[in-house]
Amino acid sequence: MDRIPILKMGDCLLVTIQVDMHDQLAVSLQEDLTAQIAKHATRGVLIDISSLEIVDSFIGRMLANIAAMSRVLDAQTVLTGMQPAVAITLVELGMSLPGIKTALNVERGMELLRGYIQKDGELQESDGSEE
Amino acid sequence: MSSFYEVIRKNESSILAGWLTELASSTRRSDLMGDAELKQQAGELLRLFTAASETSSDPKSDAFLSTREYLKDIAKSRMEQGFTAAETVLFVLSLKQPVFNVLRDQLKADSGKLVTEIWAVGNLLDRLAVLTVEHAIEFRDQVINRQQEEMLELSTPVVKLWDGVLALPLIGTLDSARTQVVMESLLSAIVETNSQIAIIDITGVPTVDTLVAQHLIKTITAARLMGADCYLSGIRPAIAQTIVHLGIDLVDVQTKAKLADAFALALTRLGKTIVNAKMLGKTTSKFEEA
Repeated sequence: MDRIPILKMGDCLLVTIQVDMHDQLAVSLQEDLTAQIAKHATRGVLIDISSLEIVDSFIGRMLANIAAMSRVLDAQTVLTGMQPAVAITLVELGMSLPGIKTALNVERGMELLRGYIQKDGELQESDGSEE
Repeated sequence: MSSFYEVIRKNESSILAGWLTELASSTRRSDLMGDAELKQQAGELLRLFTAASETSSDPKSDAFLSTREYLKDIAKSRMEQGFTAAETVLFVLSLKQPVFNVLRDQLKADSGKLVTEIWAVGNLLDRLAVLTVEHAIEFRDQVINRQQEEMLELSTPVVKLWDGVLALPLIGTLDSARTQVVMESLLSAIVETNSQIAIIDITGVPTVDTLVAQHLIKTITAARLMGADCYLSGIRPAIAQTIVHLGIDLVDVQTKAKLADAFALALTRLGKTIVNAKMLGKTTSKFEEA
């Protein structure tokens, strides 16, 4: 598998990582994802890592980078379904991923994203009415 | 080659009788073991010992294998029955006196040989006694280790307070090994119960130092990475003071003084409220009357 598929669902992009991430795969995901966010003017990105069983500091940093880049492009990232072992590893590596929102599963993650997008929409509407 | 085994074999019954008398006067515990069982054990051990010493004088050799195994069984069963290690080892050592007595009677004429034989059998019995006490201690160590593991498991229960709310009441000091168990059991419980909120209650933690705080923060961060919010409750005033004096940063952690407060917050976050059922009944009936 060369690339991780990125699915568009309305305002959101959905990425499910089903294979063990190697470094090249992570780099290409980062490139593809930023390109897709810019192309579709996406508001939210959901990354599901429930099948990911091994992480290292590089993958951890990649995830943090992806979230930071999405934020620059005005899209909120939610990371879902992290395994307990992966969470422990990341914490032991000292990577608490402070900028990333997390959720237990894809369902909760989508709820969270919809919440953010809705809030943003209301904010913009109220901004517009003031003018 | 020493020949005390021949003497023992010839006088087996008198040695056994002497041994039992010796046991009765020194370490007899009739509350823990019956006479028949003791006699049977003593007889069996004497028989094995005599047979083994016929071919070898080294208690570590193959000839003594069955004797060693038998002593191991005796040590294990006695520790289980509640004997002390000293009582267990005295069972073997008290065989010396009757054997020496018999040797003295038989070898009265040759004092040089008597000393040699007493030295040989005494040495052998001492080493077997050491083996017995080693087995006894090993068995006790196993019990201690097992209990430690059980305590580790028991001391970290994860309880479900509500649908989507977990609580982890911590009791006792937190060290690295325990934190690992706590973290693992909490995270797997979050996955199993699909919970959004976990409350860590530290009412039972006697002291919080920088290490314990770091462990707590790690656990909370790991839970957050998985998508669950973690609250810290049960912080006693003394501990709050310690935390501030140590300069521990708990800014990112939602803290509450009592478990009840944390639970109330959790319900609010889940969009649930608690109402008084009686009051609710009155208001609806009023509504119906109106």
